[in-house]
Amino acid sequence: MVEHRPWNDIIAYAILTFGVFIVAFPVYLALIASTHDAATVVGGNMPLSPGSHTLDNYYRAIFVGGSRTSREPVGHMLLNSLISATGIAVGKIFISILSAYAVVYFRFPFRKTAFWIIFVTLMLPVEVRIYPTYKVVSDLHMLDTYAGLILPLIASATGTLLFRQFFMTVPDELLEASRIDGAGPFRFFKDTLLPLSVTTIAALFVIQFIYGWNQYLWPLLITTQDSMQTIVTGIKKMLTTTDELAEWQLAMATAVLAMLPPVAVVVFMQRLFVRGLVETEK
Amino acid sequence: MANVTLRDVRKTYAGGFEAIKGINFEVGDGQFCVLVGPSGCGKSTLLRMVAGLETITGGDIDIGGRIVNQIEPAERDIAMVFQNYALYPHMSVYNNMAYGLRNRRMAEPEIDTRVQEAARILELGAMLDRKPRQLSGGQRQRVAMGRAIVRQPKVFLFDEPLSNLDAKLRIAMRVEIRKLQRRLKTTSIYVTHDQLEAMTLADILVVMNGGQVEQIGNPLEIYQKPATTFVASFIGAPPMNLMPLRSDEIKSQFAGDSRAAASDAGILGIRPEDFVISSDTIAGGIALGLTVEAIERVGAETFIYGTRELEAQGVAANPGELPPGEVIVRIPGAIAPAIGERIRAIAPREKLHLFSADGRKRIDL
Amino acid sequence: MEKSAFFNSKLLPYLLLVPQLIITFVFFYWPASQAVWQSFLREDAFGLSSEFIGLENYQALLAQPEYYKAMLTTLVFSSLVAVLSLSIALLFATQADKNLKAAPVYKTLMIWPYAVAPAVAGVLWIFMFHPSLGTLARPLRWMGFDWNPLLNGNHAMTLVVMAAVWKQISYNFLFFLAGLQSIPKSVLEAGAIDGAGPMRRFWTIVFPLLSPTTFFLLVVNIVYVFFDTFGIIDAVTGGGPAGSTTTMVYKVYADGRLGGDLGSSAAQSVVLMVIVIALTAIQFRYVERKVQY
Repeated sequence: MVEHRPWNDIIAYAILTFGVFIVAFPVYLALIASTHDAATVVGGNMPLSPGSHTLDNYYRAIFVGGSRTSREPVGHMLLNSLISATGIAVGKIFISILSAYAVVYFRFPFRKTAFWIIFVTLMLPVEVRIYPTYKVVSDLHMLDTYAGLILPLIASATGTLLFRQFFMTVPDELLEASRIDGAGPFRFFKDTLLPLSVTTIAALFVIQFIYGWNQYLWPLLITTQDSMQTIVTGIKKMLTTTDELAEWQLAMATAVLAMLPPVAVVVFMQRLFVRGLVETEK
Repeated sequence: MANVTLRDVRKTYAGGFEAIKGINFEVGDGQFCVLVGPSGCGKSTLLRMVAGLETITGGDIDIGGRIVNQIEPAERDIAMVFQNYALYPHMSVYNNMAYGLRNRRMAEPEIDTRVQEAARILELGAMLDRKPRQLSGGQRQRVAMGRAIVRQPKVFLFDEPLSNLDAKLRIAMRVEIRKLQRRLKTTSIYVTHDQLEAMTLADILVVMNGGQVEQIGNPLEIYQKPATTFVASFIGAPPMNLMPLRSDEIKSQFAGDSRAAASDAGILGIRPEDFVISSDTIAGGIALGLTVEAIERVGAETFIYGTRELEAQGVAANPGELPPGEVIVRIPGAIAPAIGERIRAIAPREKLHLFSADGRKRIDL
Repeated sequence: MEKSAFFNSKLLPYLLLVPQLIITFVFFYWPASQAVWQSFLREDAFGLSSEFIGLENYQALLAQPEYYKAMLTTLVFSSLVAVLSLSIALLFATQADKNLKAAPVYKTLMIWPYAVAPAVAGVLWIFMFHPSLGTLARPLRWMGFDWNPLLNGNHAMTLVVMAAVWKQISYNFLFFLAGLQSIPKSVLEAGAIDGAGPMRRFWTIVFPLLSPTTFFLLVVNIVYVFFDTFGIIDAVTGGGPAGSTTTMVYKVYADGRLGGDLGSSAAQSVVLMVIVIALTAIQFRYVERKVQY
C-alpha cells in the first residue's frame, strides 16, 4: 500500500482478526465441549465458556474409552497414530533421499526411465486405487498391521522430487572437491550431502508427519480391529454408535487430542513447514 | 512553472533514526539537479519523499508553488524512473506506457499519439508489442523513460536508473538522458552514487552525506572549490590527496597569505592532476619526494601511487614533517617512472586547498 | 538441468533405487494396473472366476443415474469450494501482505488449520451445526431455517462445503501470501505514481501477476475436493442423506464396501485416474509458462 491512509491499517486488522476468529471458532467450540459433561453438551444449550469436567473427560477419553461401547481408549489410538505418522515420514524420507541421490549424482542406463517411473506416482493419490491396493495389502497379510498402514503411503514421489530439486542446487564444486579428496559415493553422501540436506529433511518430515497423521480413508479400510485404530479414524467411530447417543464431550476431547500434535508441529516448526509445503508443491 | 523547493526537510524513522537532517535547496524550472553521495547518505530517501513514496517528518516540499507534503504521489504530477525499471511485467511496452494515461481517463487517440511520439524519440517503435522480459536491460530502461515522458509531468525523478547497465551502455545512456531532458525542458531530479555521472549530467549538483547536504553548486564549481574534505575526496577520481598539517606547518607553508592566519591544524588538499614531476623549486608551492609503489596506465594518462617523505619548498625554518602516506600523482601520456624510483612532485600554491582540521570547512584566500 | 559432476559406480545407483522402486511397484503400479484390468472384468459373487467384458462396466456406469449424480455432486462441490476458499483466502492474504507489525502473528494463526485432519474438521463442523445440539444450529433455526443436514440434502451439502472451505483456506492463504510477496514493491509504486488507486492497482497489476499462483491453487483445490474431502464427508454425512453428498471418490468406497461389484468400482477408479492425470497435466503445462520479472 503506497498511500498513507490511517484507516487502511485498521481495516486490515479488522479483516484479519475476523479471519482468525472464523478459523479458530470451531476448534474453540470443541475445546469448550471437551470441558463439560455429557448432559450439558448434548442438551442443545451449551455455554460458550469452559466447564468443569476437563480432567474427567480427558482422563476417560485417554485411558478408559467410551464407557458404553467397546471403544478403544484414545491413548492407544494416539500411539497408533504416532507410530504410523512417524513411520510414514521416516520411511518416505529414507527411500526418497536414496533414489534422489541415485538419479542426480549417477549416470546409468535407464536413469531417465527410473525417474519418470517414480515421477508418475505424483499424479495418483491413494484414494484412486484403494481397493486394488487393499487387495495387495491383504494378500501380503499386512491388514491390521503398522506395515500395512505405512508402506502404501510412502509410494508417491513427493520426497524424491523435493530432494532432487535440492540436490540440483548443491554446487558441483563440492562433489569435485570431495572426489579430489578421495571420497567415494558413501563418504560424499554421509559427510557432505547429508549435513547440507538437514533442513530439507526436516521440512519434509513435518509435511509427511502431518499427512500421515491425518490419513483417514486408508486406515479406515485396512484396520478392522479396534486396537489398530488411529485417532483420526477413531473419532468418527465414536459418533456412529447405533444404540445410544454418541458421547460428544468425549468425541470433542478426542478431537482436541487428535489435533494437538500436528498443530503443534505446524506452529513450532512454522518456517520448516512453510518451506516444505511450498517446495513440494512446485 | 515547475520548480522544486525543499525547505528544512527532515525525516526520522519510527525507531528514532534520523535519515534526513534538514535539507534546503531549490531546483529551478527546467533544470537538471543531481543528488550524489555514498550509499546510505539519504539521497534515494529524499527523492522518494519528493515522489510521495516516503512520508515527511518535518519541513516542506514545494512543487510548482504548491506544497505537496500531504498530497498522494498520483496527484503530484510527477513521473519516476526506478533503478530496476519497475515495468509492468504482464503488459506490453505499449500498455506500459499507456497505463498512466489510461488511469487519467485520457482518450485513446491522444494516448496513441503520445505513446507513438515517445516511442519515436526513444527508438522503441519496433518493440511496442513486446513484453518486458523479451527486452534487454537498455531497452527496458528506455521503456521506463518512455513511461515517464508520455505523462508530460512537471518533474522527472530518476532513482539510479543506469546502475544496472554495463559500463559502455551506461555512458551512452547518460548522454541520451541529458539530450532528452534538454529537449523536453522538464525539471529533473536525478539520484546516483557515481560521481562521474553526477558531474556530467548536472546543472545543479547536490552532494549529500549522512542525511545532510555537503555542498550545492554547479559541478565545476564544486570540483574546483570543494567545501569540505568529504566533497573533495568524493568528487573527482582518483580522489584528491589529503594530508593533515600541524598548525606550525600551515603557518610556514602559507606564510605570506591570509591562510596562515588560520593558526590551527588543518588539512591540505592537492588533486593528482595538479602535480608535476620536476626537480624545479617552486616558490610558495609544495614539493614532495615520493617513492613509486605502483603505476596505472589508462592510455591517455598515467596514475602514479607513491609514498611520501618530506620536503616543504619555500619554507624558511624547520621544514616540518608531513606525516607519511600515499600520494597519487597524475601525469599525461604513458611514459612513467619505474617502480621503486624516487621522484619529486611539485604543486603551485594556487592549486593547494586548505581545510579546517575536522574537514568541515574550506579555508580560502 | 543435469549435474556435470557425478559418480561412475555401476551397481550402486540401482541399489539406491531399489527400495523406492519396489514400494512404488508393489503399492502403486501393481494396484493401479489391477484397477485398470479389473475394470474390464466381471467377477462372480464369490470372486472365484472372472470374465472379460470389455467396456461393459463403463457403459453400465454411464447408464447409472447414481453415477451422474455423483459426478454432478463432485462438480458442484469442487466449484463451490474452489471459488469460496480461493476468494476468502485471497482477501486475507492481501490484508496480511500490508506491512502490519503483527503480520507474522496473523500468519501463524491463519496457517495452523492445515494441520487438522479433514475427518476431524468434519467432526468439528457437524458438532457446530448438528440439528439438535449444534451451537450454531440454534441461531439458524431462530432465523427461520428448518436446519437439518441429517435429512435435507442441500443443508448437508452446505455443511460439507463450509467444512471443506474452512480447512482449505490456510493452504490457499499461504500460497497467495507468498505470491503477493514476490511482486516487487517498485512495480506497485510505479503504478501509484501512474495514477492508479489501490483497487485499480489490485485488479490491473496484482491480480494478473498472481495468475500463475491462482491457477495452480485452482487445480490443487479441485484435486483436493476430489480426494481429500473423503474424511469430511464420511464424518459429517456419510455420503447422505440419500446420496446428496456422495462424491465420486466416496462412491468408489461405498460401492466397494457394500456392493462387492469390483468391476464397477475399478471402472470408477479408472475414470478418476484419468481425470486426475488430465488435471495434473494441465497444471504442469501451464505452470511451466510462469511470468518472469
